[in-house]
Parts: sequence; C-alpha cells; structure tokens
Amino acid sequence: MTTVQMTPDQLRGRKLSPVVNMIVAVAAVAVAAAVVLGLGIGNWVLVVVMAGVLYLAGLFAAATRVEGRRSARDRIWKTLVYSACVLAVLPLASVVWTLVSKGAARLDGDFFNSSMNNIGARDPNGGAYHAIVGTLEQVGLATLMAVPLGVLGAIYLVEYGRGRFALTVRFFVDVMTGIPSIVAGLFVLAFWVLIVSPWFNDGQPRFSGFAASLALTVLMLPTIVRSTEEMLRLVPGPLREGAYALGVPQWKTILRVVIPTALPGIVTGVMLAVARAAGETAPVLLVAGGAAAINFDPFAGNQASLALFVYQQAGDASRYAPARAWTAALTLVALVLILTIAAKLLARRNRLSK
Amino acid sequence: MAKRIEASNVSSYYGSFKAIDGISMTVEPKTITALIGPSGCGKSTFLRSINRMHEVLPGARIEGKLTIDDQNIYDSDVDVTAVRRMIGMVFQRPNPFPTMSIYENVVAGLKLNGVKKKSVLDDAVEQSLKSANLWDEVKDRLSRPGAGLSGGQQQRLCIARTIAVEPQVVLMDEPCSALDPISTLAIEDLMFKLKDRFTIIIVTHNMQQAARVSDKTGFFSIEKTGDPGRLIEYDDTPKIFSNPTEKKTEDYITGRFG
Repeated sequence: MTTVQMTPDQLRGRKLSPVVNMIVAVAAVAVAAAVVLGLGIGNWVLVVVMAGVLYLAGLFAAATRVEGRRSARDRIWKTLVYSACVLAVLPLASVVWTLVSKGAARLDGDFFNSSMNNIGARDPNGGAYHAIVGTLEQVGLATLMAVPLGVLGAIYLVEYGRGRFALTVRFFVDVMTGIPSIVAGLFVLAFWVLIVSPWFNDGQPRFSGFAASLALTVLMLPTIVRSTEEMLRLVPGPLREGAYALGVPQWKTILRVVIPTALPGIVTGVMLAVARAAGETAPVLLVAGGAAAINFDPFAGNQASLALFVYQQAGDASRYAPARAWTAALTLVALVLILTIAAKLLARRNRLSK
Repeated sequence: MAKRIEASNVSSYYGSFKAIDGISMTVEPKTITALIGPSGCGKSTFLRSINRMHEVLPGARIEGKLTIDDQNIYDSDVDVTAVRRMIGMVFQRPNPFPTMSIYENVVAGLKLNGVKKKSVLDDAVEQSLKSANLWDEVKDRLSRPGAGLSGGQQQRLCIARTIAVEPQVVLMDEPCSALDPISTLAIEDLMFKLKDRFTIIIVTHNMQQAARVSDKTGFFSIEKTGDPGRLIEYDDTPKIFSNPTEKKTEDYITGRFG
C-alpha cells in the first residue's frame, strides 16, 4: 500500500537565480534568430514570437530542474500574465505616441482660434474651433439629458423595480447597449429631424446640434443605467436598513445615503458614456450635418464635432488636411481625458479626510 | 416615554417559508428583554418584525397583531417611518454611514428628518455620544469619518445614532457578537444606563450576557430545520436561568441542546 505524502518534510527550497533566467532569455532570442533568419523563413516579428515560446519552454525546464514542478508552473503563469499586460498596454502607448507625434505639428493658436470657414485646399491654416464648440455643446446637452434619466432609471431598477415590468425594462436596456450608433442616428433623423423639427422651422426639416445630442443620449443611456445599477447594488443592505431604522423615508435614504456611497462608481460609468459619445461620428454626420463655420446655437442649423472633423479632414484632398485631422484627434482624446480626471477629482472630493 | 409592546400570535413569512409561528409576549416599559435560542430559530425575524424592518426584504410578510401602547403597528393607516422613528434598531454588524463624519452619523436621523438648527444638533451629538460612552474618545475628532473608528467604537456610534432620535424602544440584534469583551462590557453598561429611558429588546447568543443584563428572557427554538421558530418559554430572567419550567429551556441553557 502506498501512502500519499501531502506535507513536505523540507520547508526550504532552492531558487532559480535571475542570472539563469537571463541566460535562458538570451539563449531563446539567439536560437530563434538563428533559426528564423538562418533559414530565411521570416523577419523579426517571427523571431520575437518564437523567442517568446522558446523562453517559456526553457524557463519551465530550468525551473523544474531547480525548483520543482509547482514553482515552475507558477513562473510560467506569472510570465504569461505579465506578457499579456504588456501586450495590452502596447497598442495604447502606440496610439498615444502616434497622436502626439503627428498632432503636435498643428498644435498652435490658430487651430484653437479659427474655424474652417473660407479655408480652401491651398490654405495651410484653418482650425477646429467650430468642432470643439460643437462637441462640447452636443456632448454637454446629451449628458444633461442622459444622466438624470439613466440614474433615475437605475434607482428604479435597484430600489423599487419588482416583477415583470422591471425585468422588461432591464431587458430593453441590455438590448439598447447593442444599438449601433448609425442606427441611433437614423432613428433621430427619421423621428426628430424629419418629423418634429419642421414644426419649429416653418415646415422645413432642419439639422441641429440638438438632434445629435438626442442620438448621443440614446447611446449613453444604457451604459449609464447599467453601470449605475451595478454600483447601487454594491451598496450594502445594512446601510439602507440603518437609515430606515432611524425613521428616514426611503427616498431620502436613497438620496442621502445610497447615492453618496455609490457616487465614485456612478461617475466612472457616466464618464465612460461621455467618452463614447464624444467619439461618435455617424450620428453627428446624419443629423447635425457638419459645418465649416462656427455655430454656437445647438438648436438651429448645422454643427460640426471633433470626431466628424477628424473624419472629414482625413478624407480631404488638401495636403494640409491630414495634419489638422491628427491635431483634432489629439484634442478629442485630451478633452475626454481632462473631463474624466476632473470628474474623478470631483467625486473623490470627500470632505472627510481619511 | 418608554412604551409597552404586546405581540399576540405573530407569525412571519419569507415568501412561502414560515419563519416564526404564533409568538405572543408582552414587554414592559423600561425593561431589558433578552431573546435567546439556537441559530435560525427566528429571534432576529421576530425582532425585525417589531419595527417593521422585516418587510424590507422582498416577499416577507407577517400575520398576527403587534401593538405598541395599544396601537397596532401593522394597521393599514400606520406610517412605517413613524414606527421606525419610535422603535430604533442596532444591528449585528456596526453600519456607520461611510460618507459621513462622526458628527454627521450621530445626527443623521435628526438631519434627514428635517432638524436643521445647529445648536439643537450640537446638543444632540454631545448628549447621545455621552450616553453611548463614546464622547471622551471622539470629542476631538468629530469631523473624522465614522468608518475610521474601531469596531467597538463604531457599534457605540451606531447606538448613539439610534438614541439621538429619541426612540421609545431600542431593538438590538446581537450588538456585541462582533466585539471584544471590553467593548461588550461597555455596551452592557450602556444598556443599564439606557434602561431608565428606553425599553430595550436584545437578541443574543451569549447566555451569560442575557443573564447579566436582562429583566426577562424569552427562549426561542425549532423542532427541526425547516420548521418555524416558536417561543418556548418567556419569564423572569432569574427563573429562566435557575429553574425553567420547560425541559427544552433547561437543556439549552445547560448546554445539553440537541
């Protein structure tokens, strides 16, 4: 009869030294380079991939010999997790670097102070002032509409919603998450621009920045409802009961205890929705039309937006257009970043010092 | 202003599951009543029925009659928030509001019910914290977060919060089960002090605690898992612990249960 020994007698074990680790890595690269370049079957990309695989195999073999199977497996998984992390960050860093290096050329006062009005194909200047105004107004209006609706909807689902109706609402919110932005744009085009807007414009349908806000609201709503719902569910039940036990009515408990506790998470969800809305091109193109001149009034006439500006300049025939597109893209990313940081700071601004 | 509570034939349900069956007991004003019994026998359910906290859970309902000074709290024209303002509750785990300071935690009940005057609130904070034996420990850091206190301090903060709204009855659901012996002692001392002003009902798993603090003790039990909990015996505490009428009670308090 064999007995299985579950506890080791020896608590200390040998460690694989970092030098061996380095040697395995260098050897893996050398072997991969020799095989790939020597046989002429690929370029440096294949070398990197092959070196990675060889390094994992070599590390596993070396670690098994020195440290045993369990530690070796631990090392392999650790390496895989770190590699995945680097792989995930690489594209992001690449995007930021591309934006900064290509967008810096037109990052001048002219870009932020002028529109594209009267700018021809041969004019090197021109700017995105009108597009920045458009983006801020459209996204601002959409946020004003989507946040109260979304947060109230989530409160209903978490605190009051029972039975079939709440299930239906939740189901349609999930369905809404999958609506492509072009569909939201078409919906607003058919409903608002073609049917409703003529009432306010002597029977003529009219593009407007507000129509774009409506489409963006449709896109933002499900994100806000779902993230707020998750955050409200995370607020512990005993906290609510603590307030009820003081004789505080339910609505006041929600307003003064539940929402403040969940606020940082809610703000994160709202900012995700804002970032998505700020980057939308299709609805703006469909229902705001785009414009070359500055239009401060979101309720009348064509308006541009930064994303639309990037789209139009990137496809423009002028040789000065691509630089404008890159700078506009950089501006858009910076704008979303600044808004997110500001919102996070505001939400964390707790009067209580920890 | 303490009030008499009378339960007659109270049964509570979670959906179709009957948690307690036909509980009848009378709690006199300005006394401490302890509810003891094994886990899952419905002590907490009964306690939560007294301030209508039971119905917060979906599907929970109640049958029978529960009166406080002859007003049935389950009458259809009774305002739930008024009931809870009259019958405060301290929970098993300390639950200070995490976004509020110590000061705000104590006056949360007053402030959220519309009291705005600074002098009234200041008074209430000092009085309640002093009653809860916490004033000396926190008086210099009232603006710090309540969640930053130790477990025992947090529980006393929750008690201060409860008595700040001047309820007539205070329900305590195993208030010391997460606390060390010194904090437990502090809370027991506190209960003796509060007895002059409030009617107190406490659920506890600690029989020494029940014997130490309470005037009357109720013993709850169940036949087997899935059965509803019943009140086996309810009598003066000395009698329950020295000479109980029921065999079951004797088995439980002498540790020969099950």
